Amino acid sequence: MSMKASTRQVDGVTIVDLSGRITLGEGSVILRDTIKDLLGKGNKKILLNLGDVSYIDSSGIGELVSAFTSVQRQGGELKLLNLTKKVHDLLQITKLYTVFDVKDDEATAVGAFSKV
Amino acid sequence: MESTLESVNRAEEMADQAAAQAGFDEDARGGIAMAVREAMINAVMHGNGYSPDKRVNLSFEQSGGNLVITVTDEGTGVNPDEVPDPLAPENLMKQSGRGIFLMRAFMDEVKFRKLEPGTEITLIKRLPGH
Repeated sequence: MSMKASTRQVDGVTIVDLSGRITLGEGSVILRDTIKDLLGKGNKKILLNLGDVSYIDSSGIGELVSAFTSVQRQGGELKLLNLTKKVHDLLQITKLYTVFDVKDDEATAVGAFSKV
Repeated sequence: MESTLESVNRAEEMADQAAAQAGFDEDARGGIAMAVREAMINAVMHGNGYSPDKRVNLSFEQSGGNLVITVTDEGTGVNPDEVPDPLAPENLMKQSGRGIFLMRAFMDEVKFRKLEPGTEITLIKRLPGH
């Protein structure tokens, strides 16, 4: 299943709804390009909704990390929403689960961004 | 197999089928398929550099109570001892370097053998009931 990404705005937060696989190749590139595009447009509060992401490999994990550091470097915030069990477990074993701010409810996630 | 992304994807599917045939449950199958995917990425990308002149060999075998999967490339070789620990604090936020770690996380044993040229990665998982 190829990756798809769509964006929407909720209370000043850009929610990126991702679906499919974030893997080496198309999936990783789509994520990278989406983040780059959003930052280029000045969107610095980014919530990645991974509820429909069925699979992620090491390359995809690398892109999540890269997205996090890119957003942070520009003074922004990036959070994750609705991890599937597979993605959750991978972030746990790679010790990245506590690096990201992970939420399982959209309203709570949006509210967690700083208000500035 | 050719050194392409398509080969990586195909190998992952083959691994899932081999694991299913061997009687592994869904969780184990997912881990085995992921380990093979990561080994193939190592071979195709890091080993062979996507070169159309270099091949990757993949084999599956049930032997001695184990599922044994072998991935070989024709590249310059990798020393797994020189790959930084991705869990070390200074490496945690690096974009790459988690492939070998993930292979080891999902398989019972991962072996590297230097070839002339290339690398052979052997992934071993004990069969259910063994």
